[in-house]
Amino acid sequence: MSETISRRSSAVKPAAPDAARTGNLYRLARRRSTTAFLFALPLLAVIGGLIVYPGLYAIYLSMLNKSQTKFIGLGNYAFLFSRDIFWQVVEQSCLFAITAVILKALIGIVTAHLVNNLPSKGQRKWRGMLLIPWVIPLSLSTLGWFWLLDPTYSAFNWLLAGIGGPHIPWLSEPVWARFCTILVNVWFGAPFFLIMYLAALKSVPEQLYEAAAIDGANAWQKLIHITLPMMRNIIAITVLFSLIVTFANYDIVRVLTSGGPRNTTHIFATWAFQLGIASGDIPLGASVSLFMFPILGISAVFILRGVRRRGREI
Amino acid sequence: MARVTLNKVVKKFDQTEAVRGIDLDIADREFVVLVGPSGCGKSTTLRMIAGLEETTAGEIMIGGEIVNDLPPKDRDIAMVFQNYALYPHMTVFENMSFGLRLKKFPKAEIRQRVERAARILDIIELLDRRPRQLSGGQRQRVAMGRAIVRNPKVFLFDEPLSNLDAKLRVQMRTEIKKVHQQVRTTTVYVTHDQVEAMTLADRVVVMNSGRIEQVGTPHELYHSPKTRFVAGFIGSPAMNFLSCRLIDAAGALAVQLGEGLTLPVPAERSAAYRPYAGRALVLGLRPEHITESRSYGTGAEFVLPVDVVEPMGMETMVYVSVDGTEVCARVSPEAALAPGERMRFMADMRHMHLIDPDSERVIEAPGAARVNGAAAVTAA
Amino acid sequence: MSAIAADPPRRRAVGSLRRNRRWALVTSYVFLVLFAIFFLTPPYYQLVTATKSSAEISSQTTDPWLPSPSPTLENIDALWNKTDFPIYLRNTALVTLCVVVITMAIAVPAAFSLGRMKFWGSGILATGVFLTYLVPDSLLFLPLFKVVGNLGLLNSYWALVLVYPTLTVPFCTWIMIGYFQSVPKELDEAALIDGANHLQMLFKIFIPVALPGLIAATIFAFTVCWAAFVYPMAFIYSSDQQVLTAGTITTLVKGDVYQWGMIMTAALIAAAPPLVIYAFLMDYYIAGLTAGATKG
Repeated sequence: MSETISRRSSAVKPAAPDAARTGNLYRLARRRSTTAFLFALPLLAVIGGLIVYPGLYAIYLSMLNKSQTKFIGLGNYAFLFSRDIFWQVVEQSCLFAITAVILKALIGIVTAHLVNNLPSKGQRKWRGMLLIPWVIPLSLSTLGWFWLLDPTYSAFNWLLAGIGGPHIPWLSEPVWARFCTILVNVWFGAPFFLIMYLAALKSVPEQLYEAAAIDGANAWQKLIHITLPMMRNIIAITVLFSLIVTFANYDIVRVLTSGGPRNTTHIFATWAFQLGIASGDIPLGASVSLFMFPILGISAVFILRGVRRRGREI
Repeated sequence: MARVTLNKVVKKFDQTEAVRGIDLDIADREFVVLVGPSGCGKSTTLRMIAGLEETTAGEIMIGGEIVNDLPPKDRDIAMVFQNYALYPHMTVFENMSFGLRLKKFPKAEIRQRVERAARILDIIELLDRRPRQLSGGQRQRVAMGRAIVRNPKVFLFDEPLSNLDAKLRVQMRTEIKKVHQQVRTTTVYVTHDQVEAMTLADRVVVMNSGRIEQVGTPHELYHSPKTRFVAGFIGSPAMNFLSCRLIDAAGALAVQLGEGLTLPVPAERSAAYRPYAGRALVLGLRPEHITESRSYGTGAEFVLPVDVVEPMGMETMVYVSVDGTEVCARVSPEAALAPGERMRFMADMRHMHLIDPDSERVIEAPGAARVNGAAAVTAA
Repeated sequence: MSAIAADPPRRRAVGSLRRNRRWALVTSYVFLVLFAIFFLTPPYYQLVTATKSSAEISSQTTDPWLPSPSPTLENIDALWNKTDFPIYLRNTALVTLCVVVITMAIAVPAAFSLGRMKFWGSGILATGVFLTYLVPDSLLFLPLFKVVGNLGLLNSYWALVLVYPTLTVPFCTWIMIGYFQSVPKELDEAALIDGANHLQMLFKIFIPVALPGLIAATIFAFTVCWAAFVYPMAFIYSSDQQVLTAGTITTLVKGDVYQWGMIMTAALIAAAPPLVIYAFLMDYYIAGLTAGATKG
């Protein structure tokens, strides 16, 4: 269905309002427009009232003081910039998101190729199995990971002990804790990349590979010269989408480490939650969460461009 | 050089036999066309030569070397696909040079080869464009250019003109023929269109249900088909087939059809047909050999009511009914009458074929091929 | 050059194509099994833990990777009778049902309007819908916290019913626009000639023809609502209003008393509905996924 992205964004060309000759035609055109507008009204209400308005409201909130009585302009932002922990959160968020997305994309491409190599009957079964992490609600599966990494009862440590390895403090040491958050995110998100890339692989016409085979390409050259270029757009779109979503992720860090140990795994979403809800300083929390916005904006622009380009290529 | 030989080649998909053992010998520089209805195995055969399908049994040799185990890239072949299979993200130049770039040819030579091919195909201005900016005919030319550039031992064409409209098809047919005259590479060409086969081929291979029905020059296939299938497949409109009985009337053989029609058998055929006297056979006669009656009577005249008249401009097709079977006759436009009217026809029995209904084979008669002394209608 | 019969045909020494292909297949399977182990280990482990009693777990005498030699039902019993889990389940089901219905009621007409009925600005609007999907809940939850508070809905699951559509409506609309646009144009025209108005066209023609899309969108909405975590964590603090995800995490995982068997059972039961739907309707699930890009 990736084709549907392209069709939708090179979307409906608005018809010029009917400069009608007869009264009947004019009424008909108007009626259609009105009906169309009415159909879309609830959607506009939801988007306007629950997304656009809160978005703008967040900007306004971020410029208030803690008790929300005074307008302090960029005071909260200045405050954040002066705090070390803020920059730490920025660095951690970027590390988390970029590492996780790169790993997910790699695993996605590799597994997509592996599954594609199978006879088609088996592909469905394997695809079904490999997608399971994505189906389970993230907070609950993270709970499972939490249990797997528990300081006392970790089943992984049990295995390590069995082969004479060390006891690893999975969630209590910063390096390992960060590793685990990335690991869980990759575990959860890679299947999505698998599905998208598998669909993209299948959309490359078989005859191109045959032509390349006749032109003298071996398997590696086919990958580099045919597969990857044809998939370039889908790869870009998927990566950008995932970047957005991974940056904004809350569940994993909250359940696994709650931002610890000593704030070394906090990312924008969890820190904003802590400041805003837990500590009750909503304006400060809002300013933190708004830092996600530029990243979202830039990625969105590139996604749109990529989607339009793919539409034209087909 | 590049002979292509198929030896008892068989291809099975699961349990179905798509190709049931074919033997074929293609000489160097020859243009051979595999033709037949859908599902006859011609594309499968081509793909086995290319190495895109594995042979179940039998041997394929290119240039004297058995290639069964060689992947396509090692067979030194080039292929033009029905859907062109151009790389959409590459320019025309890059498409055509892809194979050479993989083999790390020097840039200067790549450019030279590409430009030479582009000149032959008249696409030299298109080198910087991408496939989506090209028309169907242009894309086909680029696909051919990609093949020419590699200087392979064999060209393989898989129904390359099927996606083009009728007029373009005729144009491209001529292009392909011109290219073959210039480049002189052994070519194996697959099509379901017998007109393409007849106009392009040095030799035509007619296939049906996984087997070769007949191999021959277009002339041979037209004048001396060996089986009923070939007789009915080659030639447009198709040959008329009528059930008949071969009778011996006072020493002279004649063909007895329904409606009281009896047509005489030419004397030179008597010897070959006499063993079949008295039997029920099938008479094959092409529409071009049933015309309006001309002044000299040869005994092969008959009168029948006209069913349908199809004016084609230069000639008119007239359909009549013999014993419930529709027969097509090619007459000159002035002679054609209106439906319902009774018209006088003449059958040129020198071009008759008799088919044994049990074996579906055309009974061999020496007089056949020698009749039309006209020069062979083969591709140069 | 045609000394045919004399030269014996040369055969190049090369491995058979069939053998190479089999090697590739075997390697593929090996790696796939490794990946499958990676992906399926946590759920498997949760299942194994759920069969064990708290005593067994804390004593650490049995292999943690294997199910209990004497599987116990005490976890399910404790979960059902001694915690608020059933309430969470009920709340989640209620909220999900409401939101799915609301979502489809909003998304389907809107998609029809934006996708098939041309009017001024419909193209821009469609792109806009696509973009709002990119605004994450972890950005909106703070202002929405204020909004919900002002509406007096804080600490009530109705707040969730109000707010969840932000998660589902944009993307479901997006999916449906795609499916509606793929309905052949001639059907509109035939319907108009037959005298149908737009509502009739929607219900009698487009919805039936685009039914797979509807199913995919519904499944998507269901899954997202069921798994939502940020909003319940932010808006709800009483157990009787809480939903499964936030409830399991906050109230079941109490400070120092870890009843892991019960917790894992809770997690599994909570994860069951999406898994069951996935098992039976996998193709729709995946169709919804690939119609755009979602979490991950």
